[in-house]
Amino acid sequence: MSQQEENAVVVDNLSKSFRIPLDNSSGVKQALVNFHKRQRGYRDFHVLDKVSFSIQKGEFFGILGRNGSGKSTLLKLLAGIYTPNAGAVHVQGSLTPFIELGVGFNPELTARENVFLNGALLGFSREEMNGMYDEIVEFAELGDFMMEKLKNFSSGMQVRLAFSIAIKSNSDILLFDEVLAVGDSDFQQKCFNYFRKIKEEQDRTVILVTHDMSAVQKFCTRALVMNNGEVVMIGDPKDAAITYQAINFPEKYDEKSERQKVDLILANQEDNVFKTGDTLELKIVWDKQLKGVENIGVAIMSSDESYVFGTNTIIDKIALPDDKRELIYKAKLNLGSGTYTAKAAAFGETGDDTIFFNNLGLTFHVKEDAQWGGLTYLDHEWVGGKQK
Amino acid sequence: MKLSNTFSRRNRILLRELVVTDFKLRYQGSVLGYLWSLLKPLFMFAILYVVFGHFAKLDGGIEHFAVYLLLGIIFWTFFTEATNQGLASIVERGDLIRKINFPKYIIVISGTLSAFINLLLNLVIFAVFLVINGVNLHMSALLFPLYIIEMYVFSLSLAFFLSASYVKYRDISHIWEVLLQGAFYATPILYALQIVFSVSDTAAKIMLLNPVAQIIQDSRDALVTTQTLTSADLIQNPLVRLIPFVLVGVLIVVASYYFKKHSRYFSENV
Repeated sequence: MSQQEENAVVVDNLSKSFRIPLDNSSGVKQALVNFHKRQRGYRDFHVLDKVSFSIQKGEFFGILGRNGSGKSTLLKLLAGIYTPNAGAVHVQGSLTPFIELGVGFNPELTARENVFLNGALLGFSREEMNGMYDEIVEFAELGDFMMEKLKNFSSGMQVRLAFSIAIKSNSDILLFDEVLAVGDSDFQQKCFNYFRKIKEEQDRTVILVTHDMSAVQKFCTRALVMNNGEVVMIGDPKDAAITYQAINFPEKYDEKSERQKVDLILANQEDNVFKTGDTLELKIVWDKQLKGVENIGVAIMSSDESYVFGTNTIIDKIALPDDKRELIYKAKLNLGSGTYTAKAAAFGETGDDTIFFNNLGLTFHVKEDAQWGGLTYLDHEWVGGKQK
Repeated sequence: MKLSNTFSRRNRILLRELVVTDFKLRYQGSVLGYLWSLLKPLFMFAILYVVFGHFAKLDGGIEHFAVYLLLGIIFWTFFTEATNQGLASIVERGDLIRKINFPKYIIVISGTLSAFINLLLNLVIFAVFLVINGVNLHMSALLFPLYIIEMYVFSLSLAFFLSASYVKYRDISHIWEVLLQGAFYATPILYALQIVFSVSDTAAKIMLLNPVAQIIQDSRDALVTTQTLTSADLIQNPLVRLIPFVLVGVLIVVASYYFKKHSRYFSENV
């Protein structure tokens, strides 16, 4: 009994199919023609097949799947937007879906007017929205523009406004469908901060539907992988990411071994924490089975997937060793505090011919106590002042 | 769709915002703005009065034919506006239906509400005309609110049917347009019912089974002149006279059920 009270969402043998019309014309005339000819004007397209799982209160639950795996349909069924053909969805508590930011936004109305309809869809009355209005505008940094028509806003501004309203939602369960992949890096940072805050507070349940493996590993406490309308696995986010990669890039992943075919290992220290200016030493090892490897590349990405620096042996005019299948990559980390991932790949002769790409990579942290900030540390000087 | 839930706080909030947004969009950017919705029936009245009141006389000798005609036009304007806006409302707000779950009937109600607000304002203008024409009101005027409610409920039920069907069959809008055209002439709006009655009393009785005709005639009788031919005058059997009311009552129940059943699949088709 207490198990049931702990569940935020229970999905029970859920199946869903759609009717795809076969004719171009729709209308009473076509319906009569079909009836007369005794034929169906549509075919059945099965999207979900007997899906069952449950999500507990407070979890940050990821749903990973490729486009076409059925994950967006599942999301809409959870939100009550679609109706199941068989099975059921049981939801305990209030649920708000964010399938698109700014639902109900009308370009012909001013930004201010749009705030109220969007708020009403989230369940807030005009009085409540009036109370939150100043906070929303401040968070979105759109103070001077609110009386302009929304069509004059850039898409980035619209997303900022929509997001600032969305975070006011106080539903028990929040459902996100890759909405937060848009926007500039500043906005991405705001999204990440928001997710981090929710994850820490732990009083809300979040369901994140995505095909981004790193987002799942970054935020989720548990994840589910979908493929062809079925649940393939549920469990640890890292395992989910590996399963996802195994299903969708099978020729590049060897299920028997846990190691990737191109692997990165920290060579010069035990833990993965560095200070700015330290040397990162990575041993890159690639599998004997990979044929035709002429080029090894390493790319460093920041936590918001910004591309920091990438190079490969052909660019740097290095020939791969004949006898062994390993190479050491050393780089000076002139980076600011943060979390980074080093990814490695093996290529053929040209840079386009990828033989194996390790997208999970090796994550490391740079912790620098000094007060300067930013992604990179630049050697610099001030001329004309006096040293204190 | 429990009735208690129908008026829940969240639904009321949403309804209010939808109506406000609809108004702003409809009338912003136009020179006369909201005045248009009041001027339209007046213009129509002016044209019809001149043509059918003076040139091709269809007033059947009724006193106060001008206000008699105006009331019919005001009601007919509401009927066409409410059903046409209601018809298109679900498809037009597909953007909301595909992204968030909420009771879909709110959309149809909001579509009919702006027409209803116009009706009320037009009735104010009508009241002014009543005074100008020196029409004396009787106790029967108290029945008038009943007819307004009956008209709204009837239009709403049709809006439910039409909006749900329109999602699957897009030619419904053309079919309805043609039906409305025909219905305009089959309803005694621009002519006095006496004219039909003098040719065939059966035809007149059948016309009065149409709820819109019944509402308009009964309203004219209550507010304008007792010379109006109503179902009370033509049909002896009180039960037969009740047919339009019963029809409206049954229709709203059936339409609501039809709408609810189909609303579950709107998000896939809209």
